[in-house]
Amino acid sequence: MYEQIVFSGFGGQGIQSMSKMLARCAMAAGLQVSWMPAYGGAMRGGTSNVTVIVSDGEIASPMPCAGEVTAAVVMNNPSLVKFESYLRPGGLLLLNRSLIDLRPVRGDVEVLAVPANEMAEELGNARATNMIMLGCLLARTGMVLPSVMEGMIGEFFAAKEKLIPLNREAFGLGVRFVKEGGGHDL
Amino acid sequence: MGKKILMKGSEAMAEAAIQAGCRLYFGYPITPQSELPEYMAARLPGVGGTFLQAESELAAINMVYGAAGTAHRVMTSSSSPGVSLMQEGISYAAAAELPLVVINVMRAGPGLGTIVPSQTDYFQATRGGGNGGYRTLILSPASVQEACDLVALAFELAERYRQPVLLLGDAMMAQMMEPVEIKEAPPKPYDIAWAARGWKPDCGRARAVINPRSKPGLEARLQEKYRRMAKEEVRVEEVDTEDAEYVIAAYGTVARIAKNAIKTLRGMGVRVGLIRPITLYPFPYEAFSRAAARETLRSFVDFEISEGQMVEDVRLGVGGQKPVAFHGWYDLELPTPQQMVDFILALRQKEGGERQ
Amino acid sequence: MSAFHKTPVLTGAPFHYCPGCTHGIIHRLIAEAIEELGIWERTIGIGPVGCACYCYDYFNLDMYIAAHGRAPAVATGAKRADPEKIVFTYQGDGDLAAIGAGEINHAAIRGEKITTFFVNNAIFGMTGGQMAPTTLIGQKATTAPYGRDSETMGWPVRVCEMLATHEGSYYLERVALDTTAHIRGAKKAVVKALRYQMEGKGFSMVEVLSTCPTNWGKSPGEAMEWLQNEMIPYYPLGVYKDKGATENV
Repeated sequence: MYEQIVFSGFGGQGIQSMSKMLARCAMAAGLQVSWMPAYGGAMRGGTSNVTVIVSDGEIASPMPCAGEVTAAVVMNNPSLVKFESYLRPGGLLLLNRSLIDLRPVRGDVEVLAVPANEMAEELGNARATNMIMLGCLLARTGMVLPSVMEGMIGEFFAAKEKLIPLNREAFGLGVRFVKEGGGHDL
Repeated sequence: MGKKILMKGSEAMAEAAIQAGCRLYFGYPITPQSELPEYMAARLPGVGGTFLQAESELAAINMVYGAAGTAHRVMTSSSSPGVSLMQEGISYAAAAELPLVVINVMRAGPGLGTIVPSQTDYFQATRGGGNGGYRTLILSPASVQEACDLVALAFELAERYRQPVLLLGDAMMAQMMEPVEIKEAPPKPYDIAWAARGWKPDCGRARAVINPRSKPGLEARLQEKYRRMAKEEVRVEEVDTEDAEYVIAAYGTVARIAKNAIKTLRGMGVRVGLIRPITLYPFPYEAFSRAAARETLRSFVDFEISEGQMVEDVRLGVGGQKPVAFHGWYDLELPTPQQMVDFILALRQKEGGERQ
Repeated sequence: MSAFHKTPVLTGAPFHYCPGCTHGIIHRLIAEAIEELGIWERTIGIGPVGCACYCYDYFNLDMYIAAHGRAPAVATGAKRADPEKIVFTYQGDGDLAAIGAGEINHAAIRGEKITTFFVNNAIFGMTGGQMAPTTLIGQKATTAPYGRDSETMGWPVRVCEMLATHEGSYYLERVALDTTAHIRGAKKAVVKALRYQMEGKGFSMVEVLSTCPTNWGKSPGEAMEWLQNEMIPYYPLGVYKDKGATENV
């Protein structure tokens, strides 16, 4: 098992927290994991992005590698432009349809388009888009069990307990969206 | 601690220092390692320690010099241009025989450089950096976990040899998060009669003078110490070298990437191994000369994120017994396993393809 | 009046300083103050690079030699490691006001709880009479053979006045050693500076106007006159900061 996932979007879209949650979850599941942010000057002006690698073997480079990304979670137009090309053939492109009006150009990757902002608004909190996307990612890839993630949400938000139900709900919404066959309307 | 947690390399190294009993940190912010001083600033007051942001790297290393003279565990960290400014203090500490730890999270290139992961300070680190022909013990980790373990070792070695120890890492390791277990490694009592702690006649020891001047016997003692280090402190990881046709030489995060390439190449029937120096000084020359003597070995391939620095030591170790090829990444490019695979396959083609 | 008491805080090793140089007097004043204040076994001295770089041979204390100009940084490290220790630096004008201008200013800015003894003789002594930041206008030095010209070499720096602008400096006084009265005054200043450190106050410094007959090209007597006639008018003696005095009012 080897998954190289890129999370990318604007600052404030929860890129850091969703990627950290996945990394902690994978660690709790006994897998090897690395979490690598774009840092320093690279952070300014462009996208905020993080690469998480999850594997059952030793992880070599933690950097995103063109042609080897197994899944890209893109939250805005610049992220789509930047990371679509990084996907390996057959990889998963998970995009936030609410904020992306560009169309993917690759024909050899699987595209799941999630109206994450609308879904989050229905829940009453626009900031929950990241958890919805994370739900979609785990439901589609099966990398870690959604039940493990639900436990992790409790641990992650231990200091802000009132956020736990919302985040669990958002995560569950993402999982159901994919399980019910959503994501194919671009 | 004793439990696996997910931590950023720079913060994990800071925590490892605290677990090793380091309560004094002096430094100056510089990307890509500012998370380390930030972590220290937040954490040290809670454990009765002192964090001080100095006015420059020059001042920081001299504060470290001052604290080291009292035999308390002390450290600083910086990145390449900042470490250049610290060379004065490191040279003085080598002469005054002070135990201290410096972490260099390397940047790329001369001058201001740039903050991408890099290995362009190998020469500066291993060849002295400052004036006077001293040696610095240099440890080079390849993972966040190893970085933590080596921080603890760095303090131990600094005290064992009473001299500066440098941890040479890159931005990849400092910025990435990996699961780590940070063990407590408290200082072991050792003879600190040399330290400046206040003196009066009949206090049971000679007066301490923390003295960076040349004095009779100092040079001989330093050289004896360096010989002892070279004999006792070489650390190296060897992977699949026994039957290898090709042995990759790489250190730090480049060695991790090389391990992936080795897996791919072995899958293709090409027998490749790795020699990863963990101590860059003292360098594991013997591992290379031993590997070079093997019948099965065709040539060495040295991979670095630089224009070729460690390769000079690799060639010294190989001693002309076998060819040493080199491929470097610079100009803001980072190595991928596939590039390493391609390089070795091309080399093999040039050398006449498969050997029976 | 009691007989002369030779302080054991000096080792008794004969000074290497030139005839007419005032380093020896300053060493003695500091050593006596340490003895009188009862802080001998907890005092650590940081020597400079310059004429006083052998001061570890004379002060009967645990001592450091710092890199040129870095003594305030070294003292900071030592003091922060062992805050109950009394830590002083001993620095000349090249060391403190030229290469070490950054370190001394920031030690004062931080209110570092250390004491600095600053020996100002308006010249680089150890290296053979080159221009110092404190060299007076018109004064000749080997690197200012036609005399210091403000047009190209700037003006002499007044260190007490400069450091007084920092909130973190607690006590700053400029003294001279040209008369017995002044020497007694200098001793009082040295004691006060150390006492403030014992009380955990901020940064304290005593600047001592000093002679360098060898590099000034003067006899010891002429040198003392030159100090009085040329240096003191430009570097007025007195207290530039005494937060203790203000607080006690």
